[in-house]
Amino acid sequence: METQLEMFETNLESVRTAVTRTSPAAFQETLADVVDRPTVGAPLPFEEVTLEGLDIVLEPTPDQLREAACGVTAAALGVADYGSVVLESTPAGAELAGLFPDRHVIVVRERDLVPDMASAFERLGERFRAGSDDAVIATGPSATADMGELVYGVHGPRETHAVIVEA
Amino acid sequence: MASERSRKADRIRHVMETEGDSVERNARGFNEGRYESVARLEDYDAYKDRARAIKEDAIERLPELIEQVREAVEENGGTVYVADDAADANRYVRELARERAAETVVKSKSMTTEEIDLNEHLEAEGCDVWETDLGEFVLQVADEAPSHLVAPAIHQSREEIATLFNEYFEPEAELETAEELTAFAREYLGERIEDADIGVTGANFVTADTGTMALVTSEGNARKTVAVPDTHVAVAGVEKIVPTFEDLQPFVELIARSGTGQDITSYVSLFSPPVSTPPVDFDDDEPIADDPADRDFHLVLLDNGRMDMRDDDQLRETLYCIRCSACANSCANFQSVGGHVFGGETYSGGIATGWEAGVHGQESADEFNDLCTGCSRCVNQCPVKIDIPWINTVVRDRRNRGAEDGELDFLVEGLTPDEEPAGLDLQKRFFGNFSTLAKLGSATAPVSNWVADTLPSRALMERVIGVDRRRDLPRFERETFVEWFRNRDEPRPVDADYHAVVYPDLYTNYIRTDRGKATVRTLEALGVAVEVPEVASSGRAPLSQGMIATAGDHARDVVADLGPYLEAGYDVVAIEPSDLAMFRGEYERLLETDRYEALSERSYEVFEYVYGLLENGADPASLRDADDGRGVGSALAYHSHCQQRTLELEAYTTDVLERLGYDVLTSDVECCGMAGSFGYKSEYYELSVDVGDRLREQFEAPDAADRTVVASGTSCLEQLDGLLARRPRHPISLVAPEESE
Repeated sequence: METQLEMFETNLESVRTAVTRTSPAAFQETLADVVDRPTVGAPLPFEEVTLEGLDIVLEPTPDQLREAACGVTAAALGVADYGSVVLESTPAGAELAGLFPDRHVIVVRERDLVPDMASAFERLGERFRAGSDDAVIATGPSATADMGELVYGVHGPRETHAVIVEA
Repeated sequence: MASERSRKADRIRHVMETEGDSVERNARGFNEGRYESVARLEDYDAYKDRARAIKEDAIERLPELIEQVREAVEENGGTVYVADDAADANRYVRELARERAAETVVKSKSMTTEEIDLNEHLEAEGCDVWETDLGEFVLQVADEAPSHLVAPAIHQSREEIATLFNEYFEPEAELETAEELTAFAREYLGERIEDADIGVTGANFVTADTGTMALVTSEGNARKTVAVPDTHVAVAGVEKIVPTFEDLQPFVELIARSGTGQDITSYVSLFSPPVSTPPVDFDDDEPIADDPADRDFHLVLLDNGRMDMRDDDQLRETLYCIRCSACANSCANFQSVGGHVFGGETYSGGIATGWEAGVHGQESADEFNDLCTGCSRCVNQCPVKIDIPWINTVVRDRRNRGAEDGELDFLVEGLTPDEEPAGLDLQKRFFGNFSTLAKLGSATAPVSNWVADTLPSRALMERVIGVDRRRDLPRFERETFVEWFRNRDEPRPVDADYHAVVYPDLYTNYIRTDRGKATVRTLEALGVAVEVPEVASSGRAPLSQGMIATAGDHARDVVADLGPYLEAGYDVVAIEPSDLAMFRGEYERLLETDRYEALSERSYEVFEYVYGLLENGADPASLRDADDGRGVGSALAYHSHCQQRTLELEAYTTDVLERLGYDVLTSDVECCGMAGSFGYKSEYYELSVDVGDRLREQFEAPDAADRTVVASGTSCLEQLDGLLARRPRHPISLVAPEESE
């Protein structure tokens, strides 16, 4: 029987998202390996891990945003049966860091996984009613078929990479 | 009329030549993807039921929900404006642009802004307006209208886009691959987004309880359009409102699967603006982190005829539409011509008639409404279960009533005992009164067949009523099926467990009497006591032409004729699937409930009935099996009928044939392209052949080329007869016992 985490990983891969599992202790080392430089990001709203102390610009200027090869942001939820992640905006610009650079590294905690869209919408409904403004359910990189063939990386990232923090 | 038909035929031919290949490849790709994707979804039918129920409820309570949206959005800090019509909406957005002295406006894809021509109005205000969705961008550069609800530039190939871009933008290096074209568009539009003063989006859904709009996209342009400029204007039809945030879930599961066949799009953005993201000023060097309270959000909810549609019992269902395009992608005709022929000012595909009639007025549906042949293939594909063919029939009927007085009425006078208005288009009257024609044709056969086939007759028919001379005409039998049965000297089985009326539909009664006789022999061999009384024609023919009143008369006659048999415990066995579809489908709208139920609950398609008899213990040994096929062979290529497939009856035929030892290969194209009268009409003949070509290719492929071709529908048989060298047969003719001498 596949666990929820394994199902999430399988589905992430099927939507062209690379996966790395890590622990809170090994997080910064793992992240340093998967980002491209220059990197921008938004502070993670988690207790166990942080982007502080890494070579990541957390309050980028427009130019830094434009020049960044990679963006690192947190996911509020992971949806196992779709390989989707829920990205929330923050006043620090998490939406922008996950949208402009070519590569998007998504930090998602194992404890924030839900099995399916129905559970995701229950959680999101609570958050929205409590005043949350916005969330994007993102599944894989940006894509278009408007130019006659499927192409990844349109207005949004070409590559997506999920770093799953266990425990 | 003749020249109008020929202009229409020219236009269809031109679009098939220039856009047909691209549309066909893409629409069929989406459609196949949809079949695969919905098959992966557990509880697909339950989701459809839920989606439908949410929409029914939302439209019912719409005035109340609009106020709820207003409260929620205002509480979030945004503004709601309910616009009566296009002019009102455009004025509001123009004033906003003027107040902000907006120079550049970026837009993400929105059919609703296409509906009101917002771009032209913003340009009149002096704004540079850019479409950031790549498909819309292509159309903006090409100065064309969308041809598809979801993939607006579906009719353009990569090569055409490359030529267009190279000529228009004159890039340093010629663009060729999809990657190069995409990279170019991304960079070009990226600069426009950086400069933008206002971002305009549509909304796929708006939730009343939280004031959240959902945008279903894949490119990321909608997110940038919302995030970068400090002013966001969303334009959405009032019908986009659903009551609660959780109501979004079934639609998120359904919408991409139904449209392009993806399980989900890359992004489902849920915004309750003003959003938390800080706006980005690319002229500034300061860190972006900023006060999002600077943001300004306006939700323009557009009425533009929708509240009138809500009051209209026949058009209301159109408002349940989530614009996924499943009806278009699954439509055989759309697959050949796309939305530039099968579409109106804005909307395209099957549901376009309802939208165009509702938001632009009924006449805007005139050009393309006839392209819905009522085949019903879209009905089960619609995630909110809209009866799209019925909406098309209603609009056709309403347009008929407003049609100009026809000349040359004398040709069909006497053939036309219908109650439809005298001004009804002559061609429609002719096909709509096929029952009268069939009676006359049969009574005067073989002379009528001979006369109809002569060159001057065909030329006259083509000129006056638009019956294409390239299409073989049906040949009427002198002795009708009913007469044959009456004259026959066979004893009825005594103590039969089953009593059935074989319904003598028009074709079986006057033209394909053999299949009626084979049905009688089959049922009798299985121990059924059969009757073939005189019964009125179903009304399918007038209904197809939009003659609802006449079809209603037929329906009442049918139940009057069959009433005594139903009361006496008879079942009704229909051979022609399109007639069975009337009994089970449209009669619900044409008859009182108890009469409808009495008939529909006791009506069966012939193989459905045979299957039931075998399941209940009848002995298949009395039927002819694959070893006894008079040279037919045991390998069959079977084309079910579109309405038979919609009613999920195809499996009964294949099951019975397989029990009798046949090896059955089935077609999987949507339709044969004939759909009764459609393929006879000179303006549609070539389109009909183009659609049929997909079936021909399938049945000429190596695995099918040597098989005996069988088909269930009359129109399918006629189309296949025209397309293939092999003569197709009705499956009942294979299994029926030999005629006793």
